[in-house]
Amino acid sequence: MSAVRSAAAVKPSSGLATLVLDGFGTNVNMCFQCGRCAAGCPIAYAMDYAPAQLIHALRLGMEDVVFNSRTMWLCAACETCTTRCPQEVDIAKVMDAAKILAVRRGFKPAMSSVRAFHQAAMANIKRFGRMWEAGMIVSLKLRTGDYFKDMDLGKRMLRKGKLKLLPSFTGSRRAGRIFSRVKSVEREEIEQS
Amino acid sequence: MRYAYYPGCSLHSTGSEFDNSLRAIAPRLGVELDEVKGWICCGSTPAHSVSELLALALPVANLGLVEQMEADEVMVPCASCFRRLKSGHLETTTRPEVAARVNRVVDEPYRGTVKVSHPLEIFSDRDMLAKIAEKATADLSHLRVVCYYGCLLTRPPKVMQFDRHEYPMSMDAVLRSAGIATLDWDFKTMCCGAAFSLTETDIVYKLTAEILDEAESVGANAIAVACPLCHANLDTRQSEIEQRQDKEYGLPVFYFTQLMGLAMGMPGAYLGLGKHLVDAEELIETATQAPAA
Ligand code: SF4
Ligand code: SF4
Repeated sequence: MSAVRSAAAVKPSSGLATLVLDGFGTNVNMCFQCGRCAAGCPIAYAMDYAPAQLIHALRLGMEDVVFNSRTMWLCAACETCTTRCPQEVDIAKVMDAAKILAVRRGFKPAMSSVRAFHQAAMANIKRFGRMWEAGMIVSLKLRTGDYFKDMDLGKRMLRKGKLKLLPSFTGSRRAGRIFSRVKSVEREEIEQS
Repeated sequence: MRYAYYPGCSLHSTGSEFDNSLRAIAPRLGVELDEVKGWICCGSTPAHSVSELLALALPVANLGLVEQMEADEVMVPCASCFRRLKSGHLETTTRPEVAARVNRVVDEPYRGTVKVSHPLEIFSDRDMLAKIAEKATADLSHLRVVCYYGCLLTRPPKVMQFDRHEYPMSMDAVLRSAGIATLDWDFKTMCCGAAFSLTETDIVYKLTAEILDEAESVGANAIAVACPLCHANLDTRQSEIEQRQDKEYGLPVFYFTQLMGLAMGMPGAYLGLGKHLVDAEELIETATQAPAA
C-alpha cells in the first residue's frame, strides 16, 4: 500500500517527532490515526496506551506521556503494526525509539523487568560473543531480585540438557570490540546533535 | 549445494535439536552446511531495544564473516536471526549513510554480497520438494500438523520478502511433500509473546494458550515450528498453560526439520525428540515405520 502523501512533504510536528525521524528514520506525522496498528497488536490489551495513541502523543510532543508509558516496554516486536500500517509508519521501530530515548533522557523505565532483561542479555553477548542462556538467566535474577521465578522449569530444562552449564568464548573479543566502538560512535553523535 | 551456515545462539543451546535435525537431513537432500567460523550473536530483540547501531552491527559483522569464507549465500534457520541478518543486509545495501555508520564499528567492512536464506526457502524450491518426496519413505499418515510460522519469518514483508506474509505456505509445502498432512488454520503468523517468556510470562501464557486452543480446535495432533523461541513458548511452557487453563493439550511441538527427518526414516532419538518437554516420542512410535531408504 502506498502512502497518501509523500513522506518528505510531511514535516514532524514536535521535537519528539523530529528526534524519531532524525534518529530512527520514521516519520510519525505520516500517521492518520486509522487505528489499524492498535487493532492488530497482540499486546495492546496490556498496554496503557495503544500503539496509535503513543504515535499521537509523539506527534504532540507529550514527553511525559511517552517516556513514562509501559507501551513500548510491552512491545514484542512482532511487526504486525508495521506490516499493516497504510501510511508506512514503522511503528515497531518507533517502539524501539521510545525505549532508547526514554533511557537516554533519564526516565525510569515503566517496566523495569523488561529493561533488566535487555541489559542482562546485552551484557552477556558483550562478554561471551554468543548468548549464554544459563548465565543470562542468573544475571536477570540478580537484577530483578525475583530468584524463584521459573525454578521448576529451569530444573526440567537442565535435566533435558536444554541449558548449557558452561559458556563458549568464541567471538567474545570480536563482540567486545563492536560494543566499544558502538559506544564511542553513539557518544560522538549525541554530542554533535 | 553448499551454503554458509549461521546457527545462532539458540541452536547451540535450548534449540540444539533444530540444529541436529537440520544437519541430519541436509546431506540427504544434497545440501552441505559450512558453519561460519567465529560467528557472534545477532543481538536479537534486546539489541534493537537498546541501540539501533548495535542491532545492525552485530548481524552485519556476521555477514562480513560469510564474505571472508567466500560464500555468497548463508542459511539461517532461527527466525529471529534470519530477521536480523536480513535487516542488516537490506539496511546496509540500500542506505549508504547506514552502511558508512555500521562499517565504522565492525572489524571488516561488509561489501553487501551475501544472500540471506531460510532453510524453508531452500527446501520449498520445486526440485527440492520432489527430492523430499523421493526420500520420505516412513509412514506418518496419522499426523495432523498445523504449521506455525510465528512473527519474524514473514514480517515485515518489505524486509523479509518471504512467502505470503499473512498466510505463508512454504512449511506446509515441505511437510506435505514429506507425506505429512498439514491443516489450514488462522494462527500461522500470530505472535506467541516471544522474549516475554522470561519477564512478563503472563503475556506468553495468554498468547500461547490462544495458539494451542486454535491448534486443538482444528483437530491437530502436532505443531510444526521454525523458531527456537516459538518452540520454547509452545513446548516448554505448555504444561504450565495446561495447569492454568485446567485442560490438557498434550500437543507435541516439532521443528519442521525433525518431521522431515522422521519422514526420511530417521530415529526420533537421533533428531533430538527426547529434548522436548511435551512428549513427542509416543505420537511417533504409534506410526509403522518403513525401512529407511
Ligand atoms: S496503522 Fe499507521 S496510520 Fe493507522 S493509526 Fe497506526 S500508525 Fe497511524
Ligand atoms: S510490534 Fe509491538 S506494537 Fe507492533 S503489533 Fe507487535 S507488539 Fe504491538
